[in-house]
Amino acid sequence: MSKEITITIDGIECKAKEGEYILNIARANGIFIPAICYLTRCSPTLACRLCLVEADGKRVYACNAKAKDGMNIVTQTEEILEERRAIMEVYDVNHPLQCGVCDQHGECELQNYTLEMEVDEQHYAIADTKRETKNWSSVLHYDAGLCIVCERCVTVCKDMIGDSALKTGPRGGDKLDKSYKETMPKDAYAMWNKLQKSIIVPSNGTEYTNCSDCGECTAVCPVGALTERDFIYKANPWELREVPSACAHCSSACHLYYETRFTSIDDPSEKIFRIKNEFHYQSLCGAGRFGYDYENRNVKKDPNALKRAVEAIKKAKTIRFNSMITNEEALMLQTLKEKFGIKLVNKEVKPFQNFLKVYGKAKGQMLYSNSFKDMSSSDFIVSVGAKLRNDNPAARYLFNNIQKINKGAGFYFHPVGDTLVPTFGKSVSVFNHKVGDEEYVMLLLLDLFADKEKLPSEIKEKLASFKEKRVKKVKEKVMKEVVEKVVDKESGEEKEVKKKVPSFEEKEVEYEANLLVEKLGGDVENFNEEFEKALKKKEDFALIVGEDFYFHPKAANLAKLVALFEETTDFKVAFIPPKSNALGVALICDLDENEEGFVVGYNEPGDFKISALGDGDFDIPAMNQQEGTTTNMNKRVVPLNAALDYEGYELNDIMNELGLGKNLTIDWTEALPVEKGYQVAKFDDLPNYFANDMSEHRGYVLANMPVDKEEVIIEEFSESKLEGQIAYRCNPQRQFNDFTDKAHQIFEPFALYVSPEKAKELGEFVKVEFENGEGLELPVEVDERLSGDIVEVPDFKAEMDVYSLFGKNRYAQVKITKV
Amino acid sequence: MSEKKRVGVQNYRFIELEPTPTTAWGKFKRVLKRSVKLELFVGLKVTFREMFKALFMGEMHTVKYPLEKLPISPRYRAIHEMKRLLESGHYRCIGCGLCEKICISDCIRMDTRYDENQRKEVVEYTINFGRCIFCGYCAEVCPELAITHGGRYETASEQRASFSLFEDMLTPIDKLKEQKEYPGFGAISPNADENIKKTPLAY
Ligand code: SF4
Ligand code: SF4
Ligand code: SF4
Ligand code: SF4
Ligand code: SF4
Ligand code: FES
Repeated sequence: MSKEITITIDGIECKAKEGEYILNIARANGIFIPAICYLTRCSPTLACRLCLVEADGKRVYACNAKAKDGMNIVTQTEEILEERRAIMEVYDVNHPLQCGVCDQHGECELQNYTLEMEVDEQHYAIADTKRETKNWSSVLHYDAGLCIVCERCVTVCKDMIGDSALKTGPRGGDKLDKSYKETMPKDAYAMWNKLQKSIIVPSNGTEYTNCSDCGECTAVCPVGALTERDFIYKANPWELREVPSACAHCSSACHLYYETRFTSIDDPSEKIFRIKNEFHYQSLCGAGRFGYDYENRNVKKDPNALKRAVEAIKKAKTIRFNSMITNEEALMLQTLKEKFGIKLVNKEVKPFQNFLKVYGKAKGQMLYSNSFKDMSSSDFIVSVGAKLRNDNPAARYLFNNIQKINKGAGFYFHPVGDTLVPTFGKSVSVFNHKVGDEEYVMLLLLDLFADKEKLPSEIKEKLASFKEKRVKKVKEKVMKEVVEKVVDKESGEEKEVKKKVPSFEEKEVEYEANLLVEKLGGDVENFNEEFEKALKKKEDFALIVGEDFYFHPKAANLAKLVALFEETTDFKVAFIPPKSNALGVALICDLDENEEGFVVGYNEPGDFKISALGDGDFDIPAMNQQEGTTTNMNKRVVPLNAALDYEGYELNDIMNELGLGKNLTIDWTEALPVEKGYQVAKFDDLPNYFANDMSEHRGYVLANMPVDKEEVIIEEFSESKLEGQIAYRCNPQRQFNDFTDKAHQIFEPFALYVSPEKAKELGEFVKVEFENGEGLELPVEVDERLSGDIVEVPDFKAEMDVYSLFGKNRYAQVKITKV
Repeated sequence: MSEKKRVGVQNYRFIELEPTPTTAWGKFKRVLKRSVKLELFVGLKVTFREMFKALFMGEMHTVKYPLEKLPISPRYRAIHEMKRLLESGHYRCIGCGLCEKICISDCIRMDTRYDENQRKEVVEYTINFGRCIFCGYCAEVCPELAITHGGRYETASEQRASFSLFEDMLTPIDKLKEQKEYPGFGAISPNADENIKKTPLAY
């Protein structure tokens, strides 16, 4: 890939890759260059100009100047220091003197840099403009008075999150005094000139962002301008205790910090006040940032409940659980299965486990080859079987980030219409194919990208059958000569002038139509040219495989097709594990298909319920109250830490009663199965941080264990039998499970989510009847970004048992009646 | 330094004292002589005079605590006072938390919230006087001159909580006129104006 180079920054030799930004190289080498507006992984905006340095004697901005071999960089000269000081003075002009009450004070970059640049005097002035405070959404609070227009919020929302919900708008401020232009340092003047013209506004032209409510913009805001509504004026940052952990809600298991403090003067118990994240390295979604207060409260040790739980386990024929579970707990359940022959049923994970097994045999390895992290350098990304906006935020951010930062292109295959994904980039092609056509999606991908030599003959034949010569009309530009009469203004004479003007002529041309494109809802006429354009200069390809593929009547065939695709292309391939610790469960537990007899539910309904939700017969700690590990989509085993106290019993106590326990729950960490790729590592030895050079030091990466390879025989493809009204099992964006639902800042209800046009037809409340005759009565909620006829039924409430309604398919044929 | 200098120039004088008696008889004689001469009452004369003045002439020197109390210096560091703004009567504390942060005994806590007027409201404020060491840092750090020490040094009560809440320390609204500022701990330095650099204004 890129060449290794050496540059010198302030006399220190730094190794780097060609084309890296100077700022990032400096950071990786522990050299400080002041910078406010730059966000790692996003495009530089040059709003603050603080990162000014001298490269080989020329003034450049470290955040957008690319390093060249042998460059010599000086980070401080008299002139630069003067600029930086002037910049900080300008930021302080008319900045309200309200640090005392501001939520950022103590961790404010404006405070820090004002001190760093030793600003103790103000030389500039301009009349202030009235700037209003706004609530942009249920979570966002914007105080324009405090905003320094660094545009970090705008940038992160566009380049990482993909909503592009913010933009700069007119401030209505006075013009700068002319005299400043001569007297001020010039970068400070330019920065001020821009600052004085703008504030931040929602990009849709309304007062509200109508966005994903991820809150990432509040995290990146260097000052107190953009804050979480819930946190305003509740606590000062320095009072909060930071607990590094991982988000438990989806399979990305993003790194985060729980920030806790005593609840109030009257209540000394610890409470989580907010979530913070390392936004330079990983972005959170709304569930991670706002879905934190799901702890099992006020639990005390109840020996009678423990006795009953032990009895229940002894009696149990089945343990039913889901993916909100640590690796350690999953291992305990597996131990119970091995010792007592109890069946383990996990409806979220079983189809994924089956899929992995088939894929593994076809590919000769236990896991998918790449991680999502590996894909961040890709410039062509394909997503299949994933409802990108809802299924996994990290995968969606990746897809978007590739479009924005790597100037990439992308293919998005999905039956459910989504209006957000196409906005990620100009080169995103969306294929809204029919439900059940996933095999043909893989076939098209093989056609487009595979090394045809390596394909089995039946696939080759199949491909050939989808080619057809067709004729299309194209408009061609031809230059025609016309004669015009022109009157010469001075002399008044009429002259004839010959001119060439373009005109368009329709022409018929023959082209090779790819019928697969047509079948999958693409624009077959222009596909060939568009594809060629999209492929230009692309060299790093990635494929994301999502949950639709595991919950599919032809899942096994799809798994084989994915393996075949990987064998015959140079794509990086990674799967999205369907829910939180689905990968961990799939590796650690030997799951059964059906439940029978006496059922113990583990955060799930059952005859005896062990639950961290506070609604069961036996209490266990929630994921923010216990130590343990989870296996994420990047195949990493990452540690979870306890943010809050828990005084009750844990699963390990039941295990101890049964004579199978260990001293502590985290003693199970080192017992995780080595044959599945886990390491014999002590929990307390697992690191959990990102380093300045962006490297991730969290837990460890699973080894991808070899599996005996079997010959791949692709089965016949099938067409979907679903007709009429189709429902899709899919959660609203910030809901993943009962625990996100418990959090007080997540309000998305358990409802039928439909597109705006569908909502008109359905009214407010409906009954959804499934083929087996069972039904749900649900309120109708509009998801503004859905389009088309398919409706979405969430699965985040375990008690609703939505998995049974859908079976092993994410789609179902339903009958909807108004209630 | 010379020998001489170290000796100095004072004029020392020896007092002529009787030699201390060494024999038992000598000692007995001295005791007898001192008692009979009633030297004791010479010393007690002052005492009797002051007693007489105090009892009969109204010139008492001790304070009849708790009926009477000594005036106390405004800079005395006893139980804290929370001050109000003189113009509006609103409490001065803005809930910035600096006192809480600086307190070495970690004994200040406060609850704040975002109120209906978009301001930070101090819902409750408390100092744990079981831990406070009356160091005065909180008063020193307060940017609003909101917290100061007061003269209330009697800290015996059934419940410490009975004087450690916001309303206990806050100047009663009807006593606002009597609220005093003084140059001392936490107050603005007398030459503050000289130290401040003026910010230019564009109006
Ligand atoms: S944004 Fe920073 S500088 Fe501005 S009031 Fe808040 S803490 Fe102070
Ligand atoms: S709201 Fe915050 S992040 Fe956004 S431009 Fe203003 S200061 Fe920067
Ligand atoms: S909450 Fe998220 S989606 Fe909404 S504006 Fe902020 S960054 Fe963008
Ligand atoms: S006087 Fe000292 S110990 Fe007492 S509350 Fe103030 S800072 Fe804390
Ligand atoms: S330092 Fe002063 S203004 Fe700040 S919280 Fe304490 S008493 Fe209130
Ligand atoms: S960080 Fe480079 S211009 Fe702001």
